[in-house]
Amino acid sequence: MVAEHSSKNFGITLRVWRQAGPTQPGRFVDYQSQDLNPNMSFLEMLDVVNDELTRKGEEPIAFAHDCREGICGTCACTINGKPHGPGKGVATCQVYMRAFRDGDVVTVEPFRAAAFPVIKDLVIDRSAFDRIQQAGGFITARAGSAPEANALPVPKPDADLAMDAAVCIGCGACVAACKNASAMLFVAAKVSHLGLMPQGQAERDRRVLAMVGVMDAEGFGNCTNQYECSAACPKLISHDFIARMNRDYFTASLRAAVKPASSGASGGA
Amino acid sequence: MSPLGNLLRSSLGRKLIMALTGVVMVGFVVGHLVGNLQIFQSPDHLNGYAAFLHQLGPLLWVARIGLIVSVALHIWAATSLTLENKRARGNEPYAVKTWLRASLASRAVRWTGYIVLAFLIYHLAHFTLGVAGSDHFKSNLPTYTMQEDYRVAGFMVVKAGAVVADVHSMVILGFQSVAVSLFYIIAVGLLSFHLLHGIDSLFQTLGWRSTNWARVLRGVALAFCVIYFVGNLLIPGAVLTGAKGLRPGFSREAVKTTSVQR
Ligand code: HEM
Ligand code: FES
Repeated sequence: MVAEHSSKNFGITLRVWRQAGPTQPGRFVDYQSQDLNPNMSFLEMLDVVNDELTRKGEEPIAFAHDCREGICGTCACTINGKPHGPGKGVATCQVYMRAFRDGDVVTVEPFRAAAFPVIKDLVIDRSAFDRIQQAGGFITARAGSAPEANALPVPKPDADLAMDAAVCIGCGACVAACKNASAMLFVAAKVSHLGLMPQGQAERDRRVLAMVGVMDAEGFGNCTNQYECSAACPKLISHDFIARMNRDYFTASLRAAVKPASSGASGGA
Repeated sequence: MSPLGNLLRSSLGRKLIMALTGVVMVGFVVGHLVGNLQIFQSPDHLNGYAAFLHQLGPLLWVARIGLIVSVALHIWAATSLTLENKRARGNEPYAVKTWLRASLASRAVRWTGYIVLAFLIYHLAHFTLGVAGSDHFKSNLPTYTMQEDYRVAGFMVVKAGAVVADVHSMVILGFQSVAVSLFYIIAVGLLSFHLLHGIDSLFQTLGWRSTNWARVLRGVALAFCVIYFVGNLLIPGAVLTGAKGLRPGFSREAVKTTSVQR
C-alpha cells in the first residue's frame, strides 16, 4: 500500500516497445499515463496503464516481474536508455515515479542483446544465463542437512568479498548496458563467489573454463573495459570481479594444458 | 581442442593477446622515442645509433618480425572481437542511447587504433622503405662522417671517421615540411589517446587492476600519455620553430650513397 501522496499527481507520455511475438516486428507506441502518484513504483504505473488497456479491450503491455523488491532479477526494462532506469543500484521494480517529472516522455525498451531475444513486448528470454550457470555455477556437495558451520573456517574478508559477488540476481542489466552485449560481469560474479570460498576450490578451474566457454558459445560480446555494466548493475557488483575472472581463466587454461591426467592404467581405484 | 588452443580462440584469450601485444608495442614506442630524442645531441648520436641498429643485422630482423607479428595479432584480435561485439548487440538498436561512465578515450579506442595503423603504414613507407615522397630519403641519402666514437653501454659500436647515413639531417629535412610535421603530431596525439585507454585497460585484462589502486593507475596512464605525447611533440616542434636546424656544413650536393656504412 502506497502512502498518501506527498506531492501532486502528474502525467507522463509512456513510449513503449510493443512486439507481439519473437518473430514479429516491433515498434514504439505512445500511451498517455495521467494522474500518477509520485510514490507509486514504475511497475505499479505499468499496472495502471495495463488496467486501462484491458478495460478498453486492448492487449496489455507484457513485462516480466516477480518479487517487486529487487531480489529476484526478473524485471528488466531499459528506461530512458539505462537498464533499470534512473538511480544507482536499483532494479526496475525499485524505481519510483517521483524520479520523473510532469510531461516527461519516458521510453521503455526491453534489455537488448542478440543472446536475449524478445519474447513479447518487454519480456526477454534470458535462458542463456541459465545455460552458463548449468555449465559450472555450482559446487558438487552432499545435499542434506546443513553442515556444522565451524567445520570449514572461512576468513571474514573472503566471505564478505564472496558475498559482494553472490548478490548478483542474474537480471542481465550488465549485458543490456554493455555496448558489446558482454556477459562478463555476470559470469565473473558467478565464478568469483564460488572461487573465493573453500567449498568452491575443487571445481574452480573446471568451472571458469566451462562457464566462459558457454558464455562465448551463447553469442555474448567481449568486454572493452568501459565498466558500463557495473554502473548499471542493480547490486553495484564491481568490475574488479572481471579482472579476477580473467586471472582465473588464464591460470586455469595453463594448468589444464600441463596437468597430468590419469591414464586409467590401474583400472580405476 | 587443446586447452591452450581454446584459450587463444576464446573471448578472454583474444583479449589477452591484445593486451600482451599492446605491452610489446608500448615497449617499442617508448624505446623508439628515447632513441629519436638523441636528435637533440650532436649528429654523432642519432647517426651512430642508426648505424648501430643496422649493424645488428639478423637481430634487427628478429625485432622487426616480433613487432610485425605483434601488430598483426593486435589488429586481428581487435577486429575479430569487434565484429563479434557488433553481432552480439543484435539487430534492434536502442532508441535511447546513453553512456553511464565510459571514458571518451575508451569510446574512441577503435578509431584511434585504425587511424594509427594508417599512419604506421605511411611512416614505414616514408622512413624505413623510402617509397613515399621526397627526394632526400633513402634513395638519395646524405652521408655523414662520424666526428667522435659512438658507444652503446660503454661498447664501441661506431668509430670516429666512419661514413654513415645522415639520419639526423634526414629527420630535420622531413619535419621542415609543415604537412609532414602536422600529420605526425596528430598521429602521435591519437596514439597517446589510444594508450590512455589501452594502458588502463591492459591491467584489467591481465587481471591486475582493482578499485584499490584504480585511481593511481589512471593517474600513471595519464602521466605516461602526456609525457609520451610531449616527448614526440618536441622533435617536429623544435624543427618547425627553427630551434633545431640543419647541422653546419650540411650540403645536399655532398650526398653520396654507395659507400655508406649502414
Ligand atoms: C595498429 C592499429 C591498432 C589498432 C587497430 C588497435 C586497436 C585496438 C583496440 C580495438 C583495442 C581494444 C581496446 C579495448 O578492449 O577496449 C586496443 C587496445 C590496446 N591497444 Fe591498440 N590498436 C592499434 C595499435 C596500437 C599500438 C601501436 C599500440 C601501442 C603502442 C597499442 C596498444 C594498445 C593497448 C596497450 C591496448 C589495451 C589492451 C587491453 O584492452 O587490454 N595499440 N587496440
Ligand atoms: S521484480 Fe524481482 S528484482 Fe524486480
